[in-house]
Amino acid sequence: MTAGLLPSPNPVQLIDPTGAEVEQAGTRRDYPVPSAARLREVWHAMVIGRRFDIQATALTKQGRLAVYPSSRGQEACQVGATLSITGDDWLFPTYRESMALVTRGIDPVEVLSLLRGDSHCGYDPIATRTAAQCTPLSTQLIHAAGAGYGEKRRGTDHVALAFIGDGATSEGDFHEALNFAAVFEAPTIFFVQNNKYAISVPLSKQTKAPSLAYKGIGYGVPAEQVDGNDPAAVLAVMDAALEHCRSGKGPFLIEAHTYRLDAHTNADDATRYRSDDEVTAWLERDPIARVEAWLRARGELGDDIVAATNAEAEAMAAQLRDRMNADPSVDPMSLFDNVFAQRTPQLEEARAMVAEEIQAEV
Amino acid sequence: MTVTMGGALNAALRDALAADDDVLVFGEDVGTLGGVFRITDGLTQQFGETRCFDTPLAESGIVGFAIGMCLTGFRPVVEMQFDAFAYPAFEQITSHVAKMRNRTSGRVGLPLVIRVPYAGGIGGVEHHCDSSEGYYAHTPGLKVVTPSDAADAYSLLREAIEDPDPVIFMEPKALYWSKQDIELPCKRPAFGKAKVRRDGDDVTLVTYGPSVPTALKAAEAAAEEGWSVEVVDLRTIVPFDDETVVESVRRTGRCVVVSEAQGFAGVAGEISARVTERCFHSLAAPVARVSGLPTPYPAPMLEKTYLPGVERILDAIARLQWDDQPDLTYAEVGARG
Ligand SMILES: Cc1ncc(C[n+]2csc(CCOP(=O)(O)OP(=O)(O)O)c2C)c(N)n1
Repeated sequence: MTAGLLPSPNPVQLIDPTGAEVEQAGTRRDYPVPSAARLREVWHAMVIGRRFDIQATALTKQGRLAVYPSSRGQEACQVGATLSITGDDWLFPTYRESMALVTRGIDPVEVLSLLRGDSHCGYDPIATRTAAQCTPLSTQLIHAAGAGYGEKRRGTDHVALAFIGDGATSEGDFHEALNFAAVFEAPTIFFVQNNKYAISVPLSKQTKAPSLAYKGIGYGVPAEQVDGNDPAAVLAVMDAALEHCRSGKGPFLIEAHTYRLDAHTNADDATRYRSDDEVTAWLERDPIARVEAWLRARGELGDDIVAATNAEAEAMAAQLRDRMNADPSVDPMSLFDNVFAQRTPQLEEARAMVAEEIQAEV
Repeated sequence: MTVTMGGALNAALRDALAADDDVLVFGEDVGTLGGVFRITDGLTQQFGETRCFDTPLAESGIVGFAIGMCLTGFRPVVEMQFDAFAYPAFEQITSHVAKMRNRTSGRVGLPLVIRVPYAGGIGGVEHHCDSSEGYYAHTPGLKVVTPSDAADAYSLLREAIEDPDPVIFMEPKALYWSKQDIELPCKRPAFGKAKVRRDGDDVTLVTYGPSVPTALKAAEAAAEEGWSVEVVDLRTIVPFDDETVVESVRRTGRCVVVSEAQGFAGVAGEISARVTERCFHSLAAPVARVSGLPTPYPAPMLEKTYLPGVERILDAIARLQWDDQPDLTYAEVGARG
């Protein structure tokens, strides 16, 4: 019983930082290396995702974004996990999952509206089956459990994938979500991106657990640790988790070991709490370079495709820049539109006051 | 037929479950037991465990889970066991339930009802008697409903379940056993319509939920002193019926707001301010508040001292015979307001 819940003692890794395939030892199942076609797709989306991320960071310097939490270095998690699900599955992101949303096919400008400040959520959560990016930590995990259970009740095999950081596993809602999902056998995947820091606080001050994946055991939720910088391993573990969920066995917890290369956000000073050496060591475990080496060694990727993909990424970035440089216009009267389906008398009164003020200004 | 408020709520849930397959009832002990107040009595037996079910003991989980289920088209009605035990869910309620429609520019509405048995008068131990309506009413995006009789309880709960927006449905637990002769199903005026429970010409008592019977008793006692007192029952705090309140106060020229919640920074203060702003020239005296004390809800033996009763209401009415009165001192008004 508990054996089935235990994650492998070491994170699953299929391709090492040099791009070589790893002999699997001590994993609880034999994870197959995904096909070259899939890995090429992930590589492509990671290149685009990283370029997007770098562009978004640059936009903060130009004052176009109020704030941006970068996920550079976490591409294998965000892109890999997102590409593993289908358009019918649900995605529950945090504030950091901009790259996942871009991978999901959401317009990059809509992805950035939260951080630019023109709307709390620029896209349609129902049409995209992607919840609004969530800033209160861990609260979205319970929504994911509920949505997973809702799908199950509807008789579909759609799954809810929820992202969360390492620090947020200390929040009560993380525990309530795992427990609810387990009790209701909700097809929900909890994907912890352990990027080693919660703003400035390292994992060692966050938990005494041997691994965040072990937290599943207490709830009866099977879990796995994965090398979060190895896209092949992320895909393989996601596949196993999805099969588990789709076959009606309830939720699954994944702890992906990765690293936040940039500061928590552009507003944070990471030099106050970590060393350059630490960052450099993680730069050497780059997820993009790793798959690229694997693909090149097999003749699945050549300079031409790399050049074309880089050009595509540049074009995306240029277009994003241009579009973000246009000043957004927000109608002040929209303030009153979506508090309730129908405005209350109190809202009508406030609305009339603002309308009068605007009238007086022109 | 004679129906208790608890029975009416039970009937409303039953009828809503029968009318719409997407309506679900869940929470702590709502299944086999039928809830600690038996409001969900028999629902699991009649509709099965997929429609009315027990959850793990976790309020944030209950509310957050309901949010997720709304995304897939369900209309959950969840029960918080007691007022003060809804606080662990406060984060979900204020950060997500109240804001989801707004956060998503109107694309995601949450047709969700959160039932909260609230207020005191039942001799409950601590954390079982809080009047928490002020927290919810202060949060834009939540409707806050509180019936004072069985007919309203039925009608307002049915309406809450059909509402496209989240509703905090505050059930005055001291009134669960109050009885009324009515036929169910029944339909009373919609959200945002207050009801004049008693007509009068000299003073308006504005009140809601658990304080309505007390206000009515006070009005009766006042009549013996020769004061004609009107009692307005708000029924819904959000939306608020300014019209009925203002119409009444402009006519009577005096207003006392009665609430069981402590007065400072609460719903009663809000109503007083609104009435003052709108009826200033009609007022013969300042608007008075009679409320719970600014102390935590006390142990049962002190409940009578805490609760705003008939005497305090009569006092307030007397103080409003303003003509020869100086400004009220803290002792006269502070403890109440
Ligand atoms: C409930 C809550 N408390 C505090 C914060 C402020 N805050 C924002 S991000 C963060 C750290 C989160 O760290 P982690 O979960 O590891 O995710 P990461 O940002 O590293 O992806 C904190 C404390 C918040 N957003 N929500």
